[in-house]
Order: sequence, then C-alpha cells, then structure tokens
Amino acid sequence: MLVVEKVLAEDILRISGVNTRKCMKCGKCSASCPAFNEMDIHPHQFVSMIERGDIKKLIKSKSIWNCLSCMACVERCPKNVEPAKLIEAVRLAVIRQQGANHLKADKIPALVDERLPQQAIVSAFRKYSK
Amino acid sequence: MIFSYYPGCTLKTKAKSLDIYGKKSAEELGIFLEELPDWQCCGAVYPMAGDEIATRLSSVRALATARNLNRGLVTLCSACHNVLKRVNEDMKTNEYIRTRVNNYLEDDIQYNGETEVYHYLEMIRNVIGFENLKRKIKYPLKGKKIASYYGCLLLRPGKVMQFDNPENPSIMEDFIRAIGAEPVIYPFRNECCGGYITLENRRLAKEKCNTIVASAIEKGAEAIITACPLCMYNLEVNSTELKLPVYYFTELLAEALGVK
Repeated sequence: MLVVEKVLAEDILRISGVNTRKCMKCGKCSASCPAFNEMDIHPHQFVSMIERGDIKKLIKSKSIWNCLSCMACVERCPKNVEPAKLIEAVRLAVIRQQGANHLKADKIPALVDERLPQQAIVSAFRKYSK
Repeated sequence: MIFSYYPGCTLKTKAKSLDIYGKKSAEELGIFLEELPDWQCCGAVYPMAGDEIATRLSSVRALATARNLNRGLVTLCSACHNVLKRVNEDMKTNEYIRTRVNNYLEDDIQYNGETEVYHYLEMIRNVIGFENLKRKIKYPLKGKKIASYYGCLLLRPGKVMQFDNPENPSIMEDFIRAIGAEPVIYPFRNECCGGYITLENRRLAKEKCNTIVASAIEKGAEAIITACPLCMYNLEVNSTELKLPVYYFTELLAEALGVK
C-alpha cells in the first residue's frame, strides 16, 4: 500500500466513523442499492476495499457520483456498518482536493429547466463540490 | 397552539403550494405555524462525514432559534426535515460535533439538541390526531385512489428519523384515509426517486421514477402524494413512460378542509 493511500484510508475511516470489521459480507447493502446498475464498484466492495486500504480504485470509481444517499444500505445492514458513509467519505476525499470539484457552477445553466426545484441544485452542490 | 416553522428554500419558490396550503390547513386545524426569523437554507442533504462542521451550522442556528422561542419546530419539506432532524441528533448525542459547532456559535445560542423537530405529518398524527382531522374534513375526497410516496428522506435512517416503520410505513395512508380517500399500497413507495442524481445521471432518475409510477398505476392509483419538492419534480418530469398526477399532500389536505 502506498503511503498516500494509507493516509487516505485512515482519513476515510475517521471521518465516516465506520468500523469495516463489523461487516459479515452478506451483500444486503448492494442488493438494496437503487443505483447498483450504475456502479462499477458496489457498496459491499467499498467496505472490504477500504479495509484493505485499496483506495485508488475507489476514488476513480463512477460509483461515488452515482450514490443517491438514499440510506437504503444504512437502513438494511444487519450489522449497522453504514456503507453510505464510506462512499460519502471517498467522495469528500476527492472533492476536498484543490480544483477537484465534480460539479462546477458554469455547468448549471445547461442542466436547469423551468421546473427544477432549488433543492436539486443545492443538494447537488453539497454532494459534488466544495 | 403555536409552532415555529422552517419552510426552506424551495417552499418559497418552486414549491409554494406545499407551503401555502400547509399553513392554511394548519390554521384551520387550530395550529399557527410561525415562520422562524432569519432562517437559512439547511443545505438540502445531511452532511454524513463526522468532521463536517460548517455545513451543519445553518441547521443548528434554526434549531437554536426555535429553542430560544421555546417552541417545537415544524418542517414540511422532506429534505429539510431529514437534515434538521439528523443534525439535531448529532447535537444531542455526538460530543465531537457538538463542541465544534458550538465553538462557531455566539454564546447566547449554545445548543445541545433541545428542540423537538416534527414533520407536518407527525404534527397531524401526534398533536392533532387522525381521528380529529377526520372530524374537521368538509369535503372528503371520496372514491379517490391515492398512492403515497414516502421516498427516502422522511423514513431513513429509521433509528434517527423515528418517523414511522421505515420498511412498512402507514402514516401517509392514515392521512389519506382521514381526508376521505382510499390509500393504494404499492411496493416502491419507499424506494428512492433518484433525488439530485437528475443533474448528474438523468437516465438513472428516469429508470427509478418509471418503476415507481408504473408500480403505483399497477396497484390502481389515480394520483400520488409527496412531501418533497424534488420527489415531485422527479416523479412528474422523469417519469417518461407512464404518468400519474402528483400532488403535495398539503394541496389535498387544504381541498378536503375547504381552504383551497
């Protein structure tokens, strides 16, 4: 494991507050995930990959932009592992870097239509930008 | 009876009917919703990371203002409700977050999670009662088959939200019965509509919404009710195959109470 990866893994565990060792690998998180088909790495894999410190693939994964924060995995995990918090922490590890915002303000006008509620823009900025 | 009321950004703009009919109906039911002074946007999504402090401040300011007014805080938008309720829980139970948030705040608003946060539907259930609501209905929506759409934010995480059974909720169905209509139970009522993903991956939002609407239609629904402006948008705009009319639950409430 690279030193950078080790630091990132520790950061992710700290800010997510998740104990990956509680996971019994039942897969219920991924089975419950409404964005499963849009993910290259699935919620249960986040848990085991972070435990191994395998962070590089996660920060490049499209899964971190497709998680809906719907809390289905959090609700249904029988061991209270809360995988969504790991996905959030990886997403933050990316967007907290200088110049690494995933959603930039100048992209917004093209995405907005007359009916789109403010809430959509506010929440997308919270998820995709710092 | 007076409650503090947190409308949130969208209820002042695209979701005015959720706000206006909510307030009118509450008044008809003997409750005055007094808008919280100087409220700020809650941020629309709960900051899950434990070291996110600044993103919790606007919620804490709202919660502390309600506490200082000695009132419970009522929300209508599902997203605001989710954020305020979860941040309130942090301030009650998480020493790390509580200390750091309070370091940002003025001395007179030091906050420790004292405020009771109610969603409007909880206010009806817990304070008014569905039986009492039923008695006040002037124009029952007889024969209307209505599907409730809970989505994610009112229910999850169940341990914090304490709104209803997160996997088999009944509060919206009880509400539908109280206003004289017939609730339609369908399997996707607590599945995600996609939320903000409509800006990132619209195809996914469409897939989710088409499944939800098709499922409600299959079970015989003639309309869907929601408490969330983004669910409303997704269910209306991103359901591209089959369509159902989508209403805020307060619109039907105001209609049944005769204040619309």
